[in-house]
Amino acid sequence: MMSAAIQATLEFLKLYWAPLLCGVAIVAILPLIVGYIVLVERKLMADMQARLGPMRVGPHGLLQPIADALKLLIKEDIIPDNADKLVFWLAPVLSVGAALLSLAGLAIGPAFQIAQDINIGILFVVGISALGIFGIVLGGWASNSHYSLMGALRSSAQLVSYETAAGMALVSALLFTGTLNIKSIVEAQSKEGIWFVMLAPVAFFTYLVASIAETNRAPFDLPEAESELVAGYMTEFSGFRWSLYFLAEYTNMIVVASVATTLFLGGWLRPFSGVAWLNFLDFVPTLLMAAVGAYCIVRAPKQPVRVQQLFMLAVAGLCFVLGLVLVVPLLLPIAKPFYAGIHGGFWFIFKVSLYIYFFMWLRFTIPRYRFDQLMRLGWHFLIPLSIINVLLVGVALIVGSYFHLQGWGLLLVTTPAAILALVAALLILGAEKERDARQNQHVASDFYAG
Amino acid sequence: MLDKLLFYFFAAVAVASAALMVTRRNVVHSAIFLITALLATAGIFLQLRAEFLFIVQIILYVGGIMVLFVFVIMLVNLDVALQQIQFARQKWVALILALALAAQVGLMFWTSGKMPGQGLPVLTAAAAERLPPNSETVAHSLFESYLLPFEIASVLLLVAMIGAVVMAKKRT
Repeated sequence: MMSAAIQATLEFLKLYWAPLLCGVAIVAILPLIVGYIVLVERKLMADMQARLGPMRVGPHGLLQPIADALKLLIKEDIIPDNADKLVFWLAPVLSVGAALLSLAGLAIGPAFQIAQDINIGILFVVGISALGIFGIVLGGWASNSHYSLMGALRSSAQLVSYETAAGMALVSALLFTGTLNIKSIVEAQSKEGIWFVMLAPVAFFTYLVASIAETNRAPFDLPEAESELVAGYMTEFSGFRWSLYFLAEYTNMIVVASVATTLFLGGWLRPFSGVAWLNFLDFVPTLLMAAVGAYCIVRAPKQPVRVQQLFMLAVAGLCFVLGLVLVVPLLLPIAKPFYAGIHGGFWFIFKVSLYIYFFMWLRFTIPRYRFDQLMRLGWHFLIPLSIINVLLVGVALIVGSYFHLQGWGLLLVTTPAAILALVAALLILGAEKERDARQNQHVASDFYAG
Repeated sequence: MLDKLLFYFFAAVAVASAALMVTRRNVVHSAIFLITALLATAGIFLQLRAEFLFIVQIILYVGGIMVLFVFVIMLVNLDVALQQIQFARQKWVALILALALAAQVGLMFWTSGKMPGQGLPVLTAAAAERLPPNSETVAHSLFESYLLPFEIASVLLLVAMIGAVVMAKKRT
């Protein structure tokens, strides 16, 4: 039995050593990436509020994430006396585990995907990342605190409500591809020559709003509304456990951004990837890197400390190296095979970054919703909108195939469908509001606000 | 070999967590073990190379139904619930039903003349490659061969949904 088990393990390792290695690499690198996303967010917030943001650690605060991580690691780990110890321990792990596992299905460029070519691709990513909710709910319950429980309840109510809208939005985009496989989805967009964000704008909008709500980001960050609930489900968590929740939240952001990129924004495709005379766009990544590097060199002499100047130059060097890596496959025929992988990876990461940037922009622009407003938006507007949209996109596709429309021609039928869906949903919302106004004896009760 | 090992692992996890689920006194712990049992079942589906069933099991049961379960459990006052009698007094009925089920399963193995696990359809990786993709197969069988039962089931669910909405609605 023992030898059989060892043999089976060896067999497993022989088949799957590469994905396993990639998985380990992702788990190792992701906290760093998340740290820098947090830094970007803080810098952006500072910029929008006319401040400087973190400036102390490293030039322009570039080493702040590492300092933060160290601080979190050596912080005291507090478990409340009346907490359910086992569940308290399990909850953050569940959250992080679900978020990291769902990364396995994503394809960062045509060359890099851990779970290669799984038939259920996008469903796997969405389904597994939805399991993270248990981490939040169980964590909120196990801390044995009212604020935590309230946060957990709000969070699960919010997630269940918006999951439907997000799922329907995914369905309307999937109608164009006829497959769940992530690679085939991107290839379908390349074949049509148009991204699905143009063909299904309503679905993209629905997914955008629902994904903000699902990742508990402002303006829908009710579960952790600090003015009402301290820190929501994370109130009793400190130190490393808290940072696990944080890691899960930002990983989830990356996951929803990647799903949106894959399904709506053309995945790893360059803008206008099928058009030959626009091939000069392939040089855009290199130019971008060169510009960032040049900016770093210009700014370097203005740093007050010598170490910071050197650090700035190192960043510039890194940018130039990346630019070189991006340009070599275009110029050298030998490196041609790497072109798809490298440039695909760049465009994918670029689009995901733009999506996350949009999240942050919204966070500092729109004030937080009230819980009943949030629920009304979900149930009275987004869910009807997404369901009507699925129906109308289906009709548009049938009409389109009747007239043999393809690519940009499909816009002729999908645009009216999108407008119609929006109008219908707005009409429903208007009718509901009118009815509410008519029977407005009861003030809207807010069960979850506490 | 790997297949068998995976199957026994998932099966053991499923059975153990199902047993733990009914014996825990704390409702939330029971819910956690139910989730584990459902996940292990999903694992068995995956081991049988039915990846669509695997993800449907996870999205529907774990991600949908269990979230609502846990949500309701949080709203219940657990201290009161703990003092109440944990098991309903139906153990004789339950025992008879369990024995009947065991007899059925035993009879199945008896008539087939095989040991448990023997002769089960084992799909190797090479054979699974040749099959049409899983989600497409499920779609074809649902929407072509079994369209009418599928529609009847949908109508049934719709009726249940409308019923729930009507019952939950405030009388005005």
